[in-house]
Amino acid sequence: MSATAIETHGLTKRYGDVLALDRLDLDVPAGSVFGFLGPNGAGKTTAMKILTSLTAATAGTAAVDGVPAGDGEPNRRGLIGYLDQAPQFNGWMRGRELLAYVGRLSGLRGGELDRRIAETLELVDLADAARRRIGGYSGGMRQRLGIAQAVLARPSVLLLDEPVSALDPGGRRDMLATIRGLAAHSTVLLSSHVLSDVERVCDRVAIIDRGRLVTESPVGDLIDRFAQPVYRVEAEPATDMALDGLVAAVTGAAWATGVERDGFVVRVFVTDDPEAGGRLLALVVEHGVRVVSVERLRPSLEDVFLRLTGRRAAESPGIHDA
Amino acid sequence: MTGFGIFLSKELLEHWRTRRLPVLSIVFVAFGIGSPLLARFMPELISALAANDGIVIDIPPPTAADAVAQFVRNLGQTGILAAVLLAMGSVAAEKERGTAALWLTKPMSRGGFLGAKAAGLAAVLATGIVGAGIGGFAYTGFLFEAPDAAGWAPMCVLLLLQMAAYAAVTFLGSTVTRSPLAAAGIGIGLLTVIAIVGALPVLGGWTPSGLADAALAIGTGEVPEQLWQPVAATTGLIVAALVASSVAFRRQEL
Repeated sequence: MSATAIETHGLTKRYGDVLALDRLDLDVPAGSVFGFLGPNGAGKTTAMKILTSLTAATAGTAAVDGVPAGDGEPNRRGLIGYLDQAPQFNGWMRGRELLAYVGRLSGLRGGELDRRIAETLELVDLADAARRRIGGYSGGMRQRLGIAQAVLARPSVLLLDEPVSALDPGGRRDMLATIRGLAAHSTVLLSSHVLSDVERVCDRVAIIDRGRLVTESPVGDLIDRFAQPVYRVEAEPATDMALDGLVAAVTGAAWATGVERDGFVVRVFVTDDPEAGGRLLALVVEHGVRVVSVERLRPSLEDVFLRLTGRRAAESPGIHDA
Repeated sequence: MTGFGIFLSKELLEHWRTRRLPVLSIVFVAFGIGSPLLARFMPELISALAANDGIVIDIPPPTAADAVAQFVRNLGQTGILAAVLLAMGSVAAEKERGTAALWLTKPMSRGGFLGAKAAGLAAVLATGIVGAGIGGFAYTGFLFEAPDAAGWAPMCVLLLLQMAAYAAVTFLGSTVTRSPLAAAGIGIGLLTVIAIVGALPVLGGWTPSGLADAALAIGTGEVPEQLWQPVAATTGLIVAALVASSVAFRRQEL
């Protein structure tokens, strides 16, 4: 395995007049769980399809573990495990059979194949349904089977396109923990609209918008760099006048970039000025606001995403990515 | 052709599980058995019906050659239709459903995928023709005299080759389009063109249609007027269709 598991240089994909990818440069370090973020239509799925050779790039290069991706060679070498955002299977097949075919195509045989199938079915919690026809599986079961077929042969790179979108909250939590664990033997490139999920499992993230790389960084660095600190002030009821005064004072302050009021709760967005918190507290006291609580909210990846793309990640959730 | 063998086993299992293989085999065996039956009893049926209306029709007694002719006619029509129906969804349906993408991201080449699809198709048609051939041979022997065994097998091979040509062209349609119906349209379109060209006096022998005449002659122990021409033309058509499928599929976006 090379130090860089996935690299793209100037990767461009054009569908007629639509530019789906615009000179995308990406380096995904080996062994990382790498979040691949972007609004709908940003080009995430297109990039994954180029890496899996399901689609050809219009220009630029892509490689997996140093192997050029254009002609399907990474697939043939078994370097890639891929989960489509809407995984499709032959409905007549049974879950275990599907994994057996995938395993045999990947060179697994005999006891090793059986052992790996059993482990994988346990991993995705499908052991009880393994002998049922896939056509009768629920959406969540199909997604878990999709993850199973991707990880069965322990490929060096896993491309997971919205891997937990069809799971319930419990299944989602368990699957994210599983994905985190997969980093022991695979590099994971994970796209998701749910940024709290990405924040929970990913070491690094890349944000793309309109086919272009906006930024790429470790998650913590990104939040530190781009997320705006937010203070939340909750006042006792019947302090309207005091709160009005506070909002008026904060609005226009050099250290404040925005203020939102919802009943007796005020959210103040501040600059990176380390004194901002103190100045806000001084204003709270000055205006006689009877405080229930004041807290500095931890900035999230969602805040970063919003700031960099101007859109929320979960916008138009029913629309599939291009 | 990486993954060919494993994917072929998946294809054969799919033909079995989705009932295509058993249904086609039963239909072909029924036609194989039905052909000598039809040849044997149709003249009597026609005479009996005509006699009801006071008409006397003098139909010569049927022979094994009539049974062979009926067999070739039935298999020629039913087999071609079955070939088109089987091949139309072979690749297009996997693309339409999205399952082609599932398999092609595994250690399998596109050539292996396509080759397994084509071989699976050929295996199903071959199973059908073997069933039909055995049924037809046995029933012809039971109702008439035993047909020429040395000619019966080559006759079945020629009929299979004819079916394979229509399957191959429909398979090409299934590869280049995403819709099984569009693929069927391409297969039926070609069927029409071949039927028209096959009716022409000189060119007719150079089409898959010419195989039916050759098969009939061989099945009845005669020497066909044209054999290598339709065999060569049909084999060429099959090879060309498969090569074109491979070229079209190699860089196709899925």
